[in-house]
Amino acid sequence: MKGRGWGFALVGLGASLLLAVLVSPFASSSPDGLERVAEDKGFISRAEEGEPAWNSSPVPDYTVPGVESESVATGLAGLVGTLGVFLVTLGIGVLIKKKGAKPGEGV
Amino acid sequence: MHIPDGFVSAPINLAAYAVSGGVCAYAVYRAKRELGERQVPLLGVTAAFVFAAQMLNFPVAGGTSGHFLGATLAAVLLGPWNACLIMAIVLGMQCLGFADGGLTALGTNVFNMGIVASLGSYLLFVGIKRILPEGKSGFLVSVAVASWFSVVLASAACALELATSGTSPLRVVLPAMAGVHVLIGIGEAFITTTVIAAIMASRKDLIWTLREAEP
Repeated sequence: MKGRGWGFALVGLGASLLLAVLVSPFASSSPDGLERVAEDKGFISRAEEGEPAWNSSPVPDYTVPGVESESVATGLAGLVGTLGVFLVTLGIGVLIKKKGAKPGEGV
Repeated sequence: MHIPDGFVSAPINLAAYAVSGGVCAYAVYRAKRELGERQVPLLGVTAAFVFAAQMLNFPVAGGTSGHFLGATLAAVLLGPWNACLIMAIVLGMQCLGFADGGLTALGTNVFNMGIVASLGSYLLFVGIKRILPEGKSGFLVSVAVASWFSVVLASAACALELATSGTSPLRVVLPAMAGVHVLIGIGEAFITTTVIAAIMASRKDLIWTLREAEP
């Protein structure tokens, strides 16, 4: 039973990692919908004024710092991000189940 | 559609933090009772896929890009409350780890792209599925329409917040935001429907909204 859920998860994780590592360097770098509207309607400067509230992101703008090739830096960001999100979500899921299970209840 | 610091006023960001925090707490409560042991890996992989696919900006009209959102995919796979949880985790990690979306606006981003997109599109999905003929094509059409709406609804919520914050008048920002996201939503519908169709063909038993329909 347990194996079946994990088998799918690992295949899905593999596919996600391929997308994040190999395809992300080819993603469009044009402004997204909100950025475009902010530029066109003249309020993009509001984001650029002042320091951001959180300035300690280890991988700002999906680019691993200190890597010369931009494609590699982006692919690496995809790798750590996708794995990180997988592990954090899994951890939260396990914690939720652990605390949610009543004593003596089969899990 | 990740709102940076400075776009939305403090009162709105605070209110959104409160609402998003409340909804996430409720989602955890629901997951404690309803999340199956076998759904935990699916929760993880759905979040990982949403993160990965959100990195893949595709070009839309006029030097603008859009990317996948994933709220409807998560809601169809795991139910609307788990979808809120997944989106909150992804948005939180994007904000803290990758400087995508402002920390002051995190609650607002979770509200738009997590709660509005997940719960809104899930309700639409259920409603559309009910009026369409039963079967695979009716299910997939409901997925396509709901996922298109998830992006448009989230963009409308974002426009309302920008207008209420005094950043841009509603009559300017709402048509502009909705106009772009009507196009981005087509990409959302394409990706969501393709992934759901692939899972239906291989592991139908994993799709929560399909299991709910069967007695």
